[in-house]
Amino acid sequence: MRGLSWMQMGPPDPILGVTEAFKRDTNPKKMNLGVGAYRDDKGKPFVLSCVRKAEALIAAKQLDKEYLPIGGLGDFTKACAQLALGANNEVLSSGRNITVQTISGTGSLRIGANFLSRFHGGSRDVYLPKPSWGNHTPIFRDAGMQLKAYRYYDPSTCGFDFRGALEDISKIPEQSVILLHACAHNPTGVDPKQEQWKEISDIVKKRNLLVFFDMAYQGFASGDIDRDAWAVRYFIEQGHNILLSQSFAKNMGLYGERVGGFTVVCKDIEESKRVESQLKILIRPIYSNPPMNGARIATTILNTPELRLLWLEEVHGMANRIIKMREQLVAGLKKSGSSHNWQHVIDQIGMFCFTGLKPEQVERLTKEFSVYMTKDGRISMAGISSGNVGYLAEGIHAVTK
Amino acid sequence: MVCTAMSLFHEVPQAAPVAVFKLSQDFNNDQFPNKVNLGVGAYRTDEGKPWVLPVVKKVEKIIVNDDTLNHEYLPILGLPEFRSSASMIALGDDSPAIHDNRVGAVQCLGGTGALKMGAEFLRRFYNGNNNTNTPVYVSAPTWENHNAVFSNAGFEDVRPYKYWDAENRGLDLAGFLGDLEGCPEHSIFVLHACAHNPTGTDPTREQWMQIAEVMMRRRLFAFFDSAYQGFASGDLDKDAWAVRYFVSLGFEMFCAQSFSKNFGLYNERVGNLTIVARDANNLKRVLSQMEKIVRTTWSNPPSQGARVVAVTLNSPVLFTEWKENVKTMADRVLLMRAQLKARLQSLGTPGTWEHITDQIGMFSFTGLNPNQVEYMVKEKHVYLMASGRINMCGLTTRNIDYVAESIHEAVTRIQ
Repeated sequence: MRGLSWMQMGPPDPILGVTEAFKRDTNPKKMNLGVGAYRDDKGKPFVLSCVRKAEALIAAKQLDKEYLPIGGLGDFTKACAQLALGANNEVLSSGRNITVQTISGTGSLRIGANFLSRFHGGSRDVYLPKPSWGNHTPIFRDAGMQLKAYRYYDPSTCGFDFRGALEDISKIPEQSVILLHACAHNPTGVDPKQEQWKEISDIVKKRNLLVFFDMAYQGFASGDIDRDAWAVRYFIEQGHNILLSQSFAKNMGLYGERVGGFTVVCKDIEESKRVESQLKILIRPIYSNPPMNGARIATTILNTPELRLLWLEEVHGMANRIIKMREQLVAGLKKSGSSHNWQHVIDQIGMFCFTGLKPEQVERLTKEFSVYMTKDGRISMAGISSGNVGYLAEGIHAVTK
Repeated sequence: MVCTAMSLFHEVPQAAPVAVFKLSQDFNNDQFPNKVNLGVGAYRTDEGKPWVLPVVKKVEKIIVNDDTLNHEYLPILGLPEFRSSASMIALGDDSPAIHDNRVGAVQCLGGTGALKMGAEFLRRFYNGNNNTNTPVYVSAPTWENHNAVFSNAGFEDVRPYKYWDAENRGLDLAGFLGDLEGCPEHSIFVLHACAHNPTGTDPTREQWMQIAEVMMRRRLFAFFDSAYQGFASGDLDKDAWAVRYFVSLGFEMFCAQSFSKNFGLYNERVGNLTIVARDANNLKRVLSQMEKIVRTTWSNPPSQGARVVAVTLNSPVLFTEWKENVKTMADRVLLMRAQLKARLQSLGTPGTWEHITDQIGMFSFTGLNPNQVEYMVKEKHVYLMASGRINMCGLTTRNIDYVAESIHEAVTRIQ
């Protein structure tokens, strides 16, 4: 029988594979700075109070489990779009957006990629910042798009290569798709300043590019949901009809419930109806309709005033803890005697930090100190606590001195 | 400031709505007091209400009160205790294949997601590398989404195999076997494990044996769609007979399982792709490739529904309670079948109605033609699919007379 014996073993996923290796390590001082899931100061997963309260409210309602519509829970998609765009946004009042519930950020990007692949009349090229989240490339490629890059991260400053980005973007062929991280760039933590976003918007407009925002960390970056959505809202104000992916994995801690949204800002409500009909045709043969549980929790939080307030506090709290860890890490490095400039650790924002460590240094950090991170030098700040930040500082100093 | 340039999407055409959801929408908008919804495939109680299984309510309470649980990411392939217990449900916990460590699974978003993952894998790795020309056969008729799942996965040749004999209202076995004999080697066949959707007509065991013999001889790939295990006969093992028979013959095969109906977990999207490989080594490599496909589609699956199923299946007490809940549903469907047939016979409705009780599962292919269906919907406010498919769960002791009368009128007045 013609079996599958010729088929090769697939390589372990570079990001999730780190956690698997971490689990096997028996060193009591081991640290998992791989996957981006928030941890509290005791290194434990954090279930937000607003989530627990929302779950209790939902349980009391004794709801049924009937299929959701293909596009998801209506109350969720409305609240999701409002969160991103601001409740008073003209796009929402004119109804010219279509927002569908998706399987978290990945599912949202995938639906968007499939949509572009089928309907985007312009080029098949999607421009990603260099570097970008590792999964962006295979998602778009699997959907039939081609990947290109624009300069973004400057390794010499561990900061934003603003000039390089503008230069590269100014050469992107018209009607290509450009993907932008709305805030808390993954993996670098380097975000453009508002003045820089303005210039990027101008040049993107000049080049007539289709903008696809990936917003996986709204609220999580600065602690302020409106501040973190500033770039998205500015671009819309400037006339870009954007595509937008949102995730509630991090900012509500709903990781495994798979809560996300995909939005297309259309020319008018008529176009949004056509686009909606096609999104449903794309979604149905993948998973028919999305899962209820997480979307219900998110909706309950967003639409229940006390819970929404509580959520904003808790998101602020998570962001603050990360900012504190950044400060403590730099202080620890100085204390260990490091002569390098570690300012970028404080300047960067969000869950991730691009340390600037080279692959060989990363390997040593893992082998000698049981500190697990991705080869590109990215660490998840959330994996650091006041209890182990000193150990990490020593380790980083040891491999970089 | 709104962008005034020509939209990139100005040529996106309006797509037709998915028929079964449009039907429900029309039903919802209908103001007629005695309207009946025999469309979408979800269980209803005799009060016409959705039913959250008692065991599910129990388990959800357990979960919500367990402070040790959180909402962390599941592994890419899903919750391990869900995957293994779900596969055991399909194959039997005494399955030799499971014993031989050659059975694996991928937790997916419902039965649809399981079909999708299997289809994506087969398109990449089956019958060569990225061989989009491998024919995929789906029954005529079949669940309408089968076509789209496989064509969207990249298969260019999705074809029907003969299945439903409209004239005799039964299985066209000769036609089915003929297609199996005549198709290209290595073709993929999507087989309904039990309670065929939409016809409710399943092969007998002897017929399955004939089907399996041809498939083995001609090296055809068996991809089972198992959305109604337990729901068809009320007995999990009985409903899994065909799948287990194929496994016992040594097929390497897929089985897409849904827990939407038999657990009533529709909107939690609980599915499992069970993979039977020749040996553990092959299985390991298959799963590693599945991970890559999962990662670019949804990264990792939703945890809530899988947890409910895993807790239930792994507790002897809860497992027994679940089987009872499933039997409750199956029994009500059987009762409605018997009562509908009895009423049609006593009304003297032209034609034979044995098929109502010969068929099994949630659906019945009534044999009503599109004109008669239109009459039912427009004049009688009884909503069913244009194919004549009815969801038996939509019948209750309260509406069964009205439905029987409506069918009687449709058959006698409309050609």
